[in-house]
Amino acid sequence: MTIQEAQNEIVEEFALFDEWMDKYEHIIEIGKDLPIITDQYKTEENLIKGCQSRVWLHAELKNNNIIFTADSDAIITKGIVGLVIRVFSNQTPLDIAQSELFFIDQIGLKEHLSPTRSNGLLAMVKQIKMYSIAFQAKA
Amino acid sequence: MIHSKTILDIKAIRSDFPILSREINGKPLVYLDNGASSQKPKQVLDTISRYYEYENSNIHRGIHTLSQEATNAYEESRKTVQTFINAKLDHEVIFTAGTTESINLVAASIGKKHLQKGDEIIISTMEHHSNIVPWQMICEEKGAILKVVPINEKGEFLMNEFEQLLSEKTKLVAVTHVSNTLGTINPVKEIIQKSHQKGALVLIDGAQAVPHTKVDVQDLDCDFYVFSGHKMFAPTGVGILYGKENILNDLPPYQGGGDMIKTVTFEKTTYNCLPHKMEAGTPNISGGIALASAIDYMNSIGIEKIEAYEHELLTYATAQIKQIEGVRIIGEANKKASVLSFLVEGTHPSDIGMIIDKLGIAIRTGHHCTEPLMNRFEIPGTARASFAFYNTFEEVDIFITALKRAIKMLL
Repeated sequence: MTIQEAQNEIVEEFALFDEWMDKYEHIIEIGKDLPIITDQYKTEENLIKGCQSRVWLHAELKNNNIIFTADSDAIITKGIVGLVIRVFSNQTPLDIAQSELFFIDQIGLKEHLSPTRSNGLLAMVKQIKMYSIAFQAKA
Repeated sequence: MIHSKTILDIKAIRSDFPILSREINGKPLVYLDNGASSQKPKQVLDTISRYYEYENSNIHRGIHTLSQEATNAYEESRKTVQTFINAKLDHEVIFTAGTTESINLVAASIGKKHLQKGDEIIISTMEHHSNIVPWQMICEEKGAILKVVPINEKGEFLMNEFEQLLSEKTKLVAVTHVSNTLGTINPVKEIIQKSHQKGALVLIDGAQAVPHTKVDVQDLDCDFYVFSGHKMFAPTGVGILYGKENILNDLPPYQGGGDMIKTVTFEKTTYNCLPHKMEAGTPNISGGIALASAIDYMNSIGIEKIEAYEHELLTYATAQIKQIEGVRIIGEANKKASVLSFLVEGTHPSDIGMIIDKLGIAIRTGHHCTEPLMNRFEIPGTARASFAFYNTFEEVDIFITALKRAIKMLL
């Protein structure tokens, strides 16, 4: 699945929900269901510190694709982080570097990427792009 | 829930605050983030637009009528502030940009003149970053030492520990009057007395106190008292530094520029007298004038009534939230004002904040610019509801219902 396709899939998945409450409940479920990082990677080094909640992001190269794992101490952030990982993980560094992130906007969660939210999510997306550039040299 | 005690005419008061009739996410706004910034009554908003429509001009050096009118209004405002905090003299009231600038002014000026290697400054564990960092910066520069008074589990200042830290080396004590995170009302009068016995100066951070309680700087006998306009129903960008006349006279100016000089030559500049010595450059004139409107507004309600009403509101909110399973209140001092900080077991404060925002309720989550205090309690942050006199018991009920709904979603 391409990055574009993964995002389209999430947009379709969220189109089922009219109410913000249902959306949040779905995100919370994603957050609860995904133990998306192993404790050994929950290091200070992998920590993206937001003012509100903490996000850990780990990246490694496997068969020329970047595998991302991540976590957050806040469940809503963790749910959104889970979606971001679903989109970007197991993709090539070049594809990640060239991709546009549009699904968060389209599913009506744009405010979570605003710098004023300081939930570490915006910093995480930037970090994903940084990894993609760094890994392009190695891939 | 019906509440028989109605000290204030809340309906009339709320109609003075246009923003309170807004809807957020399709729900009536319940604004419980007053500790961060308060809302403004139309009386204050009218003063601002009136100033720009009728009086706008630069103050203190104009020959023309407009400038004189603006100067008069600005200086009248200084007198209003003087009366509000019961300062002895109007030139003991210095306009600043806010609490942060007031503290930085004192730290820089005291540091320049009085601090030497090995001198000590004492603060408390519950200080806001703006009452920590300026002192750290000046201590680092001068080789002085910053000492910190611990607190107990309830979030109360430990007087005995403080007395042990106090010594002849203590040059200044800087303590908050009311904690922005815990709501604790500190025994500042006693702190001031004990500090003076050792010859130390005292700065009281009153940012969270002035919107909720009567402050009398002469009775307190503090050397400096600082606060912000925007937390007390005035605009952002204006604040106050109160300082005793002899102490302010003794301090070097903080910034150089217009208004603060007597004569300037390229060889030597002599400084203006108080308050102008500490007020370089064109100030926030409209903000200064609007601050007086905010004080007039508070006085029209009555500060004692505000205090009594808010006390009832906080007591009610505390009792309600305690009934929710898993809630832990951070800050249970015997004397508290306005602030209800809490955690819910198994949830993160930011998740709660995000969900109840969707229900129209504004609270604050995070460390509230008091990271060392959060470390003291070994928590990453709290959710904080903070009240003002325009909040109602019904709003507390809405908040509690929303909180229960959020917890149900999250657990």
